[in-house]
Amino acid sequence: MDSRTGGDAAFVAFEHVQKSYDGETLVVKDLNLAISKGEFLTMLGPSGSGKTTCLMMLAGFETATHGEIKLNGRPINNIPPHKRGIGMVFQNYALFPHMTVAENLAFPLEVRDIGKSDREAKVKRALDMVQMGNLGGRRPAQLSGGQQQRVALARALVFEPELVLMDEPLGALDKQLREHMQFEITRLAHDLGITTVYVTHDQTEALTMSDNIAVFDDGRIQQLAPPTVLYEQPMNSFVAQFIGENNTLLGTVKEIRGDLAVVELDDGELIDCKPVNVSKAGERTKVSIRPERVEFNKARLKPGAHTLKAEVLEFIYMGDIFRTRLRVAGNDDFVVKTRNAPDQVRLQPGQQIEIGWLPQDCRALDA
Amino acid sequence: MTDTVDTGPMRAADGTPLKVSLARALRRQKIRALALVAPLLIFVLVTFIAPIADMLFRSVENQIVHDTLPNTVRALADWDPSSAETPGEPVYAGLAIDLQTAAEMKAHTRLGSRLNYEDPGISSLFRQSGRNVDDFGKAAMKELVAADPAWKDGATWGNLLGTDKWVEAQTAWGADKTGLQPAFKARSGVAGTLPRTLGAYALFAADARESGRKSALESKPWPALATALEQDLRAAAPESLSALEGIDTALLARTRDAVDAAAPVDYRADFLAMDKDWASPDVWRTIRVFSPQYTAGYFLNSIDLEKTYEGITKRPPEERIYVTLFVRTLWMSMLITFCCLLLGYPVAWLLANLRASTANVLMILVLLPFWTSLLVRTSAWKVLLQQQGVINDLLVWLGLVDDGHRLAMINNQFGTIIAMTHILLPFMILPLYSVMKTIPPSFLRAARSLGATPWTAFWRVYFPQSVPGIGAGSILCFILAIGYYITPELVGGTQGVFISNRIAFHISSSLNWGLAAALGTILLAAVLLLYYVYDKIVGIDNVKLG
Repeated sequence: MDSRTGGDAAFVAFEHVQKSYDGETLVVKDLNLAISKGEFLTMLGPSGSGKTTCLMMLAGFETATHGEIKLNGRPINNIPPHKRGIGMVFQNYALFPHMTVAENLAFPLEVRDIGKSDREAKVKRALDMVQMGNLGGRRPAQLSGGQQQRVALARALVFEPELVLMDEPLGALDKQLREHMQFEITRLAHDLGITTVYVTHDQTEALTMSDNIAVFDDGRIQQLAPPTVLYEQPMNSFVAQFIGENNTLLGTVKEIRGDLAVVELDDGELIDCKPVNVSKAGERTKVSIRPERVEFNKARLKPGAHTLKAEVLEFIYMGDIFRTRLRVAGNDDFVVKTRNAPDQVRLQPGQQIEIGWLPQDCRALDA
Repeated sequence: MTDTVDTGPMRAADGTPLKVSLARALRRQKIRALALVAPLLIFVLVTFIAPIADMLFRSVENQIVHDTLPNTVRALADWDPSSAETPGEPVYAGLAIDLQTAAEMKAHTRLGSRLNYEDPGISSLFRQSGRNVDDFGKAAMKELVAADPAWKDGATWGNLLGTDKWVEAQTAWGADKTGLQPAFKARSGVAGTLPRTLGAYALFAADARESGRKSALESKPWPALATALEQDLRAAAPESLSALEGIDTALLARTRDAVDAAAPVDYRADFLAMDKDWASPDVWRTIRVFSPQYTAGYFLNSIDLEKTYEGITKRPPEERIYVTLFVRTLWMSMLITFCCLLLGYPVAWLLANLRASTANVLMILVLLPFWTSLLVRTSAWKVLLQQQGVINDLLVWLGLVDDGHRLAMINNQFGTIIAMTHILLPFMILPLYSVMKTIPPSFLRAARSLGATPWTAFWRVYFPQSVPGIGAGSILCFILAIGYYITPELVGGTQGVFISNRIAFHISSSLNWGLAAALGTILLAAVLLLYYVYDKIVGIDNVKLG
């Protein structure tokens, strides 16, 4: 695990935070997390993994059962939500339906006793920022989903908070709009230099937007890393499974020689892997290979590398890529993705091939 | 596929215009839908719309005076009600006929009760006079029979006044007496010459038809007919009598001579002898003021005014009760609604925001009184609130109240407000709850995350969104309260009763249904007016029951 403990440099820090709702089970188990200023951190995980609870504890709507949450070095456990000065975008936007867009935006300024002219200027600036300048007089119900999303964003930013929390803000939008908003949100966050904590269960969203991703499962952070590291070097089999598409082969470690492990698969074949979560021979392991790193062109493999026999079960044409399903070592769901290039081989179902990979792309993880 | 090139209306595949085809296709659905709602529609019409229409009508209807005393009312039109004099002889002559026919039909007591609402005491005058008024008729009949014994026979009267066809049909009916007697038809020309007799005879024939035992031709003629004929004969010109066609003109001429020879009856003197109240101009003023077929009198009564010959005046102070009652009903209903809101809002909030299991228990507690009999709940309040009751005992025991000065909490306005607030509380809580249930908790969280204190978040964000529930609950409570009857009756004493108690009194005790209808109409109008005002201020779209 790669959780960093919050030092003085951290802008937001979770220190040994635990949370239980019923006094019997822990929803969040010993959470340690440090977020530096200006960082865009995404909490990614399946539902029930504790990510939203963490966000709510940070916002002040839930209290930590144990541990401390610090904002700018100051413990905030006993500060009520309205005094934390944290902007928040909710899943269903939570725009106040009885107020116009401009009134919604003016609300946080009004409760802060900001003068009228100042207020209007800030509202206008915030609306312009999300390209909604001409819709200030509308009611939320008269706006489309994307527009509501923009207003919610503007409202969370209008009082210039240093930290903005977003709880699955794009969940209700259609695919195209979601992609557009992903870009907008990251652009705004970087332009304004705000620290953002973003909660989502959509891994694509997490990968495209974040500086760092914390993958949650079972109340713990399974891995905290930048997107590239997270995808290419998953630290355990949960992360490998959860992020992107992944092929898994079950086996036993035969021997470990420095940076190379030989794994005997359950059907007796041997493969070369990079040991990540395994330490000694005889351990059970799940071997993880990304579908796009599987090679069946022998010329591209290192001489002497272990290869596996595979039978082609299905060939799916997906436009930009080909997705070929293979039977490998008793696994019927072994997928290979190849680019639709002019010289690319199109495998036929029933064809017997041999596949292999570079040892560093094949990671021996916990079983 | 073929492209249609004609520019006419859109047509279906078989060539019928699309609109016709669509209407035909939907007709079955429409008929089925109508058939489904028909039972309710009929039920609502019969039990709701019709009674309301009837009530509205009753509040202005006043045909009884005009219908029962037609001759009197006609003659009375010439009398000046502001004079201290009693009306002239023609009025009394008319009254002699009208009161006799009314007594025959037992209508005089009803008329007496009606006029008694306006002038207390008048009903006994009508009742007593009705008992002896046929003395006039008997004397007149004796005179007629002396002139010709044929007047004793019902057939003589029928031949004189009815058409030949009617007499024929009536004779035929008399043979087997099955079905209804034929309806009376007046002989042409008689109406101009013998109007009073004809009027009385029409009532006589209708009465015989209704009782159905004897044909009008066989029945014993009413003495009232004799009085009427005598008056008609005195008034009629001889030539007009002989000009009548198809009747025994000789009989009429003979009778007329006999009547002329006799001394005229002094009806006024006889009535005064019967009851000296007939000399009171007040009695005649009342009859005259309430002789039109429709009157605003009930409505005027409802707002403590009265209609006199001098116009509309205020009632004497000791008789003014309704305006006070209306005002009391309105402000107490508002107060009760407000109390319900004050108590119900937090409960509804809890219901909407607690965990489901806890909320269910609370919901049962809210509904439990709802399921308990109204009488039981009201009686329970009697036990709690009375001077020797639980609360007073407790206060005395705690030493907060001296035993000699126990609080009077029941049989006054306080009792009504307490009991009714309790009874109407669910009607406030339920709409509030169903509206609050639709307000996502994220709104409050959003407000707080934006920097609002809990109070500001509630007041600026939550409360405005619960207004539709407040509106629905308040309308429901207020409208129920304004028409409430049992609870104020039981715990209200004299100071805590509502206008509906008065309406109930007039419906079941005083039987002044016209006044009850007018009071009810005003109440209905007040509710509709408030509804309209509410719509203008809050907007009826802003009312949500869920």
